[in-house]
Amino acid sequence: MSLSQDLAPTTGDEVIQNYTINFGPQHPAAHGVLRLVMELDGEIVERLDPHIGLLHRGTEKLIEHKTYLQALPYFDRLDYASPLCMEHSYVLAIEKMLNLEVPLRAQYLRVLFAEMTRISNHTLNIAHHILDVGAMTPGLWLYEAREDCMGFFERASGARMHTAWFRPGGVHQDVPLKLLTDIGEWLDDRLPRLFEDAMALVVDNRIFKQRNVDIAIVSREDSIKWGFSGPMIRAAGIPWDIRKSQPYDVYAKMDFDIPVGTRGDCYDRFMVRVEEVRQSIRIMKQCLQQMPEGPVCSDDRKIVPPKRAEMKQSMEALIHHFKLYTEGFKVPAGSVYVATESPKGEFGVYLVSDGTNKPYRCKIRPTAFSHLQAMDFMSRGHMLADTTAILGALDIVFGECDR
Amino acid sequence: MSHPAPHIEKPKGIIAAVKKAIGKNLLSVEEEFGEVALYVRLDALVSVMTALRDECEYQQLVEIAGVDWPDRDPRFEVVYCLLSLTKNHRIRVHVATGEDVPVPSVTGIWPVAGWLEREVFDMYGVLFSGNEDLRRILTDYGFTGHPQRKDFPLTGYVELRYSEEEKRVKYEPVQLAQDFRNFDFLSPWEGADYVLPGDEKVIKSGEPPRGTSPQVNEPKTTEKPSQTGAGAAANEEAKKRSVRKPKAEKPQ
Repeated sequence: MSLSQDLAPTTGDEVIQNYTINFGPQHPAAHGVLRLVMELDGEIVERLDPHIGLLHRGTEKLIEHKTYLQALPYFDRLDYASPLCMEHSYVLAIEKMLNLEVPLRAQYLRVLFAEMTRISNHTLNIAHHILDVGAMTPGLWLYEAREDCMGFFERASGARMHTAWFRPGGVHQDVPLKLLTDIGEWLDDRLPRLFEDAMALVVDNRIFKQRNVDIAIVSREDSIKWGFSGPMIRAAGIPWDIRKSQPYDVYAKMDFDIPVGTRGDCYDRFMVRVEEVRQSIRIMKQCLQQMPEGPVCSDDRKIVPPKRAEMKQSMEALIHHFKLYTEGFKVPAGSVYVATESPKGEFGVYLVSDGTNKPYRCKIRPTAFSHLQAMDFMSRGHMLADTTAILGALDIVFGECDR
Repeated sequence: MSHPAPHIEKPKGIIAAVKKAIGKNLLSVEEEFGEVALYVRLDALVSVMTALRDECEYQQLVEIAGVDWPDRDPRFEVVYCLLSLTKNHRIRVHVATGEDVPVPSVTGIWPVAGWLEREVFDMYGVLFSGNEDLRRILTDYGFTGHPQRKDFPLTGYVELRYSEEEKRVKYEPVQLAQDFRNFDFLSPWEGADYVLPGDEKVIKSGEPPRGTSPQVNEPKTTEKPSQTGAGAAANEEAKKRSVRKPKAEKPQ
């Protein structure tokens, strides 16, 4: 058979054309409400168009109509897998504008719980990434660790997820000593055991590697151009971590390493997160060792409301309480951009104040926006089944992406 | 010790270097809260950004934020947040634009700008010339209006529900059971520089508005219980009640 005959379709044969399929928005591997319009050539992805915004709730618009303190709980609802890290950027932005000093114990508590949030976020993402490529057991084990974190959040703030615990000036309430000792024991024994057991099942697993190694390789140049941050930019081989390079709270006193990838593929992204959990354990142990006694909130009564017990005794406290929960505090006019290292990457808040008690504009910089946008070029030329691995390694939560 | 926000060291001579790189396209430089903001000319945005990336080492475009200032002309501000990974520094670039003046797209410099510009377009209606894919991104398919504008109501214009009778999702105009309430807690003694509700009548009549104490020629005092201040009838009543009863005679 000659070559020309081979290439040309014979009469009666259908010419195979690219076809378009719709993935999501209701799909267990879509990590929420993501709709992907995929153009396929056989099983190879030719083009991919993510449609987002299905969870858009107008958070930024709502914040413009609330006082600074009332706007805080909206941040829990952005990335609901790491709520405390969302609050962190916002309270730091307010503190920067007010130039508000925060007591040392509050800073340690914030770092302690921000790192616990990182562990709970990474265990969730690692579990789902593994589940997306077909393994069930490690995910279930990791959920136990996550459940422990939820329990600790509840004991500190009263809520499992939407804690609203970080406040401008510190944290809302002090934690009991028993909670800190329990966290210490958990870090020493239960968490490493659970986590390392689960990781022993996957990190050297042949099937897991076949699904992830050399999938969606992103070079250093591309990761900068496409605005990557967090584990995504570190997996590409750039040791960039805001906790290290632009330290906030007491991160400057912490001793920890930044894991980086060598190839920039899905497996590297996964392993960076695995190592970050171990580094978070290190940071939390240092916090517990160094944490001093003292107040957990600034005593500036023009910004931080007094406690209820104090209100029963002092007229002045009553007035401050009333004024701060109705009018709120005023923030000097101007604008700041404050970004912190959330578990998913750089989470920033661009806050514009006009000098009143409400933010004039609060632009939230989600981590997912730039990562999801890059999914098109990352998926090109890969098989349809790889898109779930790519999506799993991106670590997307739609509360944050769609706002 | 001061605030605990991310500690960013300003590199030495950075403003001079930026001024040299941008030249006459730079309108002004502002520093507030330790952050550097550059106000640049709109038509030269692409060359400014290229210079900042290539000559001043601001490699990453982190964020594009729109801000609506209805009282200003032009109305919108577009803010680009840049990050230098090598110098460990952040800088902001501000441009001002109107409703019908397109902003040159920076997608040619940073591909990440594609979605960021789409979002500003969706939320504010700012146009970006050169962005090949300027579709809406966060709002619903077929949405009209730009929700982040200050004149767009918080409640929006349409609401949707699933209609059991028609077996489909229906869009209807928003109907609120209670009017939208916006409480103004700003203290009228400090800060509020607007006319309080009701004061406009006083201002029209030429009298001094509330807040300035009225001129009093005769100090008002109460010396007797009958001066109730509630009118003549009340005064009469009070006078009757306050008449002292004759004291009972003391037993001798």
